[in-house]
Amino acid sequence: MAGVVVRDVEKAFGSVKVIHGINVDIADGEFVVLVGPSGCGKSTLLRMIAGLEEITSGSIWIGGRQVNNVPPKDRDVAMVFQNYALYPHMTVYDNMAFSLKLRKADKAVIDERVRKAAEILNLSDYLQRYPRQLSGGQRQRVAMGRAIVRDPQVFLFDEPLSNLDAKLRVQMRTEIKALHQRLKTTTIYVTHDQIEAMTMADRIVVMHDGVVEQIGTPLELYDRPANLFVAGFIGSPAMNFIAGTVSRNGSDAWVEAGQGVRLPLPADAPAEAGRQVIYGIRPEHLMLANGSDGVPARVEVVEPTGAETQVFVEMAGTQVTAVFTERHPFRSGERIALSPRLDCVHLFDAETGRHL
Amino acid sequence: MATVLKPQSVSPRLATLSRILDHPTVLSVIFMLPAASILLLFLTYPLGLGIWMGFTDVRIGRPGVFIGLENYISLWYDGVFWLSVFNTLLYTTVATVLKFGLGLWLALLLNHSLPFKAFIRAIVLLPYIIPTVLSAIAFWWIYDAQFSIISWSLERLGLIDRYIDFLGDPWNARWSLIAANVWRGIPFVAICLLAGLQTISPSLYEAAALDGANAWQRFRHVTVPMLMPILSIVLTFSVLFTFTDFQLIYAITRGGPMNATHLMATLAFQRAIPGGQLGEGAAIATAMIPFLVFATVFSYYGLQRRKWQQGAADD
Ligand SMILES: Nc1ncnc2c1ncn2[C@@H]1O[C@H](COP(=O)(O)OP(=O)(O)O)[C@@H](O)[C@H]1O
Ligand SMILES: [Mg+2]
Repeated sequence: MAGVVVRDVEKAFGSVKVIHGINVDIADGEFVVLVGPSGCGKSTLLRMIAGLEEITSGSIWIGGRQVNNVPPKDRDVAMVFQNYALYPHMTVYDNMAFSLKLRKADKAVIDERVRKAAEILNLSDYLQRYPRQLSGGQRQRVAMGRAIVRDPQVFLFDEPLSNLDAKLRVQMRTEIKALHQRLKTTTIYVTHDQIEAMTMADRIVVMHDGVVEQIGTPLELYDRPANLFVAGFIGSPAMNFIAGTVSRNGSDAWVEAGQGVRLPLPADAPAEAGRQVIYGIRPEHLMLANGSDGVPARVEVVEPTGAETQVFVEMAGTQVTAVFTERHPFRSGERIALSPRLDCVHLFDAETGRHL
Repeated sequence: MATVLKPQSVSPRLATLSRILDHPTVLSVIFMLPAASILLLFLTYPLGLGIWMGFTDVRIGRPGVFIGLENYISLWYDGVFWLSVFNTLLYTTVATVLKFGLGLWLALLLNHSLPFKAFIRAIVLLPYIIPTVLSAIAFWWIYDAQFSIISWSLERLGLIDRYIDFLGDPWNARWSLIAANVWRGIPFVAICLLAGLQTISPSLYEAAALDGANAWQRFRHVTVPMLMPILSIVLTFSVLFTFTDFQLIYAITRGGPMNATHLMATLAFQRAIPGGQLGEGAAIATAMIPFLVFATVFSYYGLQRRKWQQGAADD
């Protein structure tokens, strides 16, 4: 096992630069998720770590060894592809045994390792089948089995669950995490799904347009997003943003939004009066206020999911989402008042998008 | 609307007829009949006629009578016939091996990202789109005893001091024809195999590279098995075309010198049309059938879906 260090890595395809200087330190045994919208360069970064793409500049280290010019086969990393990339002409057994056979491992050793991996992954009954005779979830497991038997330094996953249906995705998510807890192999996992990132990662790297926006544990990103992008990307439903101007009167502080609406701020809010800001509040941090205490809002759409209810309201001329675990009998068009939890309010600079 | 549709009253005979016509087996036979009869008429009839003529002593301008196996018995003792069998097997084997070796190599090259890829692919197809007779005439010139450009170049380079007699010497003539056939056949093989190569997902090569396979092992364990289905199809067709080749031989050597380059197809034509012995020519042509049947049976097994190809392919 080994840590992975990414230093000032840039990547250009021809004249188009897609990765602009990325730095990430991944500790030995850590489960790190690279997350970001489609096209932000996650796969490209992962493929550079695997050795499938050249590094334009910067360097990548695996287990203390610089690997810029080491071919993929000598990097001792295993990768699970989005389309699984199983060898269609080989049985499940041969798919998993292939890398060991290439290394001329002892037959008995191969057999033992393959059977053990198959057992961990519940594939023992399918060893003689071909990939085409398996379901999506089983193929996914074979792809993982192929990675496990090698006992590599690092596992790389590129959106491995995106071809599965929703239910299976949740199940495999847990299985991959359990597998990591069992094997403790350093893992880098790419996804565009922030829920996958939040639920699986020790640490998350949020990427956007070829740069790293923030690195941190799931809860750090949720509680203290570094900027508007991370705040909007992490968390579901997404954080509400309302533009306004900071105002103060004695110990009172608020943000003056459109239509004369005042959004309350804690007195120690780190912004002076007159500053243009974006007021951020997560849907789950909006409480139903009684009477005239709260911020006025008009109910537009109500979406119950059973466990909770999402309510879309119009507030200060902006569409805002609120989530309630209690069941309120809201009707469309109804006027209500919402009060933000003051300790959960985020302020962002209107110009730079930085968290204040 | 609450109208109830009543079953239309039709006569029981009509009902039975329509039920029979709705039966899938009956229906499929009826639908196949036109195509089947055309096949029967235009494929089976000439074939049957050819085989029948092999058992008669028919000549041009004179209807023959049934003579049993006489044509075949005389062929059995005919050295020229056996020479043509030998030539056909040699021609087919050597040319096929070369076409596949070079064709695969070319396909692999073209599958890489080359500069001017589309242009090079178009050039590769050239030998295939030129009419055979035209390229045969070109080769005839290339192999000409006095004007051969090959001899000329080799002499200029100081490698030979006398012009090579390409078509006058039996073995030279055989190799020359094989070279011409290979030149003409490579595009077909290369383009078909290139199509096969392009269906192989690049991520399989990446997975293999990460699994520790070097270039040769990736070729051996990914490319070759994945190419096998299309390879067996192309191989079968190539063998059939080469075995029955006629145009190149007839245009370049006419089977000469001294029958040294006669294939079974050219010999059959030679005996039947210029020689007038339709029955004997037909017998020679019929003698090709067992070889072709063998190749077809081989292809039948080669073309069968391999076990790993069965099942859903949503990857
Ligand atoms: N081989 C390539 N040639 C040119 N551009 C590429 C290539 N691969 C990826 N890109 C571009 O690089 C950017 C990042 O791609 P990718 O890493 O696949 O994004 P992600 O995995 O985050 O969705 C995209 O804009 C994509 O168009
Ligand atoms: Mg991707």
